[in-house]
Amino acid sequence: MNTAGVRAVARIRARADGRGGTSLPVLRGDGPLALRRTRGSGTEAHVVLVGAMSGPLGGDRLTVRADVGAGARLRVGSAAATLALPGQHPGDARYDVRLTVACGGELLWLPEQLISVRGSSLHAATHADLAPGARLVLREEHVLGRFGERPGLLTTRLTVRIGGRPVLDQQLTCGPGAPGGWDGPAVLGGHRAVGQLVVVRPGFEGEPVTSAELGDGVAVLPLPGPAALVTAVAPDALRLRRLLDGASEALLARAPD
Amino acid sequence: MSRGALLVLADGRFPAGGHAHSGGAEAAVRAGRVTGAASLEDFCRGRLHTTGLVSAALAAAAALGADPVELDAAADARTPSPALRTASRKLGRQLTRAARAAWPSGELDALSERFPKGAHQPVVLGVTARAAGLAPVDAAYCAVYESVSGPASATVRLLGLDPFGATGVLARLAPETDRVAEAAVRAAERAAGEGTDALPAASAPLLEISAQAHAGWDVRLFAT
Repeated sequence: MNTAGVRAVARIRARADGRGGTSLPVLRGDGPLALRRTRGSGTEAHVVLVGAMSGPLGGDRLTVRADVGAGARLRVGSAAATLALPGQHPGDARYDVRLTVACGGELLWLPEQLISVRGSSLHAATHADLAPGARLVLREEHVLGRFGERPGLLTTRLTVRIGGRPVLDQQLTCGPGAPGGWDGPAVLGGHRAVGQLVVVRPGFEGEPVTSAELGDGVAVLPLPGPAALVTAVAPDALRLRRLLDGASEALLARAPD
Repeated sequence: MSRGALLVLADGRFPAGGHAHSGGAEAAVRAGRVTGAASLEDFCRGRLHTTGLVSAALAAAAALGADPVELDAAADARTPSPALRTASRKLGRQLTRAARAAWPSGELDALSERFPKGAHQPVVLGVTARAAGLAPVDAAYCAVYESVSGPASATVRLLGLDPFGATGVLARLAPETDRVAEAAVRAAERAAGEGTDALPAASAPLLEISAQAHAGWDVRLFAT
């Protein structure tokens, strides 16, 4: 029996193909992280992340790297929600996502929810490094427990840099063992789903989005750079998705290119 | 360090404008999330480990002598709500004025020149601690205590909460306040070698979301 858990690194590289489309010179799954190219639309390449095993489990170290070149457009989704599960191996699981986008490139990173299952302990970090002039839509949704279930311990960190400058750095720790007050009236207040959607558009530099509170539990926040954040909390995954979808539609509809 | 200087800086009557802020308590009271001493304590505990920890680490790093411009950018990225970024810079400007009068220093002058609209308050707090001859841990304590004392005293006014009850909340949180201040100093020391990414970024989604709505209210008692 191995005692270390799974180590896996999946890689995607998207490049402009010179004919107005996007090619994928690297599309390499690894271990439980399988990657499938699906039919794209227009100039966009589509990739679906398929969980080939369940996980991440305790002790696993999973990494996904995506790199989008100048003029390339990549859309990445996932086939199903990711479950953070307790494993036979001691220690936390780690799930790292590293994204880079060149000037004139665009990445749509829209995976399904990450669900923190009772007894699990996961550290999930997403770092997006963008060149000035890059475009990004990135959604993250975290759900605390399956229906009616207590969550595991989940720490998430989301960092976005543009031209090396940090424009968003947010960490959240929740579940049993998290620092006190995580479920209290300042942090989650009993909500079981929390999500963020980041939009980076060079056009925001000259014409920043206006902040708005669109209803209970959601706000659109212009970030210190050509970027905006939709942040939301909800009782469950379905209502969270509705809040993020509604706010992002409103945001993108009036967003300059 | 001068314990006397620490008391001057930590005094709620130090003229740096903090009394005008409820740290999100006003919005939480209106939303029915804070209704008495027990929920106030939960609210403050959540702030302590999120905003409190982040502010304390920024202040400790500034007191250690880290580049205030880099720390200010780190504070920006850790404050997605524009209402809270604006409030933090206003508080930073007010603190700069008071601090330059209390402990004149070239570093405070330079900070004021670099950020005419104000640097983020925790960064100014750390530079002020340096000017006052205080240690990083002192700056961390000021920041982390402020993160809970503001909401506690605001709630006395907002709910008519018994002031003894509010003070009891702060006293019960004291051991956790110690641990957060110590963790903040350790993070600031790591950041001295590894850069500002090593600083904590703990967030409080409800505070960020409700700060935007609160900023748009026609009538409110507190600025945040």
